[in-house]
Amino acid sequence: MHDHSESLIKELQGVARQIRLDVLDMVYRRQAGHPGGSFSCAEILAALYFHHLKIDPARPDWPERDRFLLSKGHAAAALYSVLAQRGFFPLEDLERWGHLGAHLQGHPDRVKTPGVEMSSGFLGHGLSIAVGLALAQRLGGPRYHIYALMSDGDMQSGVAWEGAMAAAKFRASEVTVIMDYNDVQLDGAAHDIMPLEPLIDKWRAFGFAVIPINGHNVRQILEALDEALEIHSMPTVILARTTKGKGVSFMENSAKWHGAVPSAAEYEQAKAELKGYPA
Amino acid sequence: MSEIPQRQAYGIALADYGDLNEAVVVLDADVSSSTLTKFFADRHPARFFNMGVTEASMVNVGVGLALGGKIPFVNTFAALLTLRACEQIRTCVAYAHTNVKLVGGYAGLSDYKDGPTHFATNDIALMRAMPNMVVLAPADNREAARMVQVIAEYPGPVYMRISRAVVPDVFDDSLTVEIGKGITLRDGGDVTIVGCGSMVGRCLRAADRLAQEGIDARVLSMASIKPLDEELVVQAAQETGALVTAEDHTILGGLGSAVVEALAEHHPAPVEFVGLKDTFAETGPDTETLMDAWGLSIADLVAAAKRAIQRKA
Repeated sequence: MHDHSESLIKELQGVARQIRLDVLDMVYRRQAGHPGGSFSCAEILAALYFHHLKIDPARPDWPERDRFLLSKGHAAAALYSVLAQRGFFPLEDLERWGHLGAHLQGHPDRVKTPGVEMSSGFLGHGLSIAVGLALAQRLGGPRYHIYALMSDGDMQSGVAWEGAMAAAKFRASEVTVIMDYNDVQLDGAAHDIMPLEPLIDKWRAFGFAVIPINGHNVRQILEALDEALEIHSMPTVILARTTKGKGVSFMENSAKWHGAVPSAAEYEQAKAELKGYPA
Repeated sequence: MSEIPQRQAYGIALADYGDLNEAVVVLDADVSSSTLTKFFADRHPARFFNMGVTEASMVNVGVGLALGGKIPFVNTFAALLTLRACEQIRTCVAYAHTNVKLVGGYAGLSDYKDGPTHFATNDIALMRAMPNMVVLAPADNREAARMVQVIAEYPGPVYMRISRAVVPDVFDDSLTVEIGKGITLRDGGDVTIVGCGSMVGRCLRAADRLAQEGIDARVLSMASIKPLDEELVVQAAQETGALVTAEDHTILGGLGSAVVEALAEHHPAPVEFVGLKDTFAETGPDTETLMDAWGLSIADLVAAAKRAIQRKA
């Protein structure tokens, strides 16, 4: 277990703040996108891309790189922000999200965007793709770890649980699922729309080691990511309890902000709040 | 008639090619004893993954293997593969342009005893509508076997359908297989019969019968439905003036549609369709009898050829 310094925590909180500010700008500029689910995973993406993942922005195809799969593809803007901040492509590209001819698509496109490991957009696919990557590296060649960021919507889909069965069958300890569990989806609260609980029991029954954390606590995220690497007998899920719309008071825990665009006044208020978050 | 079913020829070829190419891995969804990928499983157990009845997830695991540098052959019955995993194929294979080889067994009506739930009669239409996807229906055992290496070495998504049944040999050892190329099996000037998969043998026999009546039919074998050898089809339309298409598949969106799309653009000509006429068909005593009963007989091909000739301007 690594000891994570206060300065690292502060740095990663700053990256997460910039992710949220970028997402807000991108959604407002484009008048489209998904702020709620992008805000809920900001600390997770910051911790992965600015500390934990073995990656090299100069070599997006480096064979030994860790693989990160954004299964919840509607958080594309957050992924684009962290990739740009990390240097996979110029920051200015964020301004052309969704423009004709731009490489940044509405949802991630692995063919067009450097650093995007897999195209996504329809929910549920990340886990079983991660299992395939785990099986591939067992047959020789470079070794790496595979991360899949899944949402509650992901885990409502049948194919995700098929992937969980496969991960258990192959004891895919190379796979760490990070579940951005904000309990809010497009139509309302996940626990009303299609309940997932008891989720810890479900993951354990499906053969996963479960590490429950607060998904906005950077130290807990870093420690969980380290702990997952020490589990060699089974796949791990980091069950990160998060708040949809985290950082903007009027967006938090609101299904309305799954895929909504702020007005000019809302934009200014959100920007002011995000600049001061965390205090 | 060949001695062994087409699925067996495919299974043997896949296991043999596995000896030559370490990157090839094989997945099946609990039907390896039916698709006969079990031959590969027996010889290369470390490179075979039985995924159980998780077709959608199996395609995604194949996608992950492809992203990890392997060449996955993802197998199950054609209907299950293209219907249950249709979205995974669209999003994670075709759109993401991953190097996945999808092989659908029990094509057409060849699973005669299990009935319409198990028939694959719209798989070609579905896979044709996927951008980036190559769609193949080899005519006989030799072509199916040679396709294995061709599709493994092709960089991109491929769908290939394989019959459960014994299919007539139509090629000799001189066969050269190439994606995007059709093959003229018999020359003729009065009409052209374009077939794919298990219909090609029947097309040749129909041409024999037409010859007895003094009608000179050309026969094209179109294993590569997408990309289609448009040049060969257009040339046939120019030189024979009328065509018949033949497939063990619905006439909506399959080989016949591909042929008339090409002709409509380049050289319109009368075309008659032999295939399933927007129906599910039914269970039958054997594949050949079932095909005869549902409009895919040699007599149906002969009649269609005559109608096409009558429609010449």
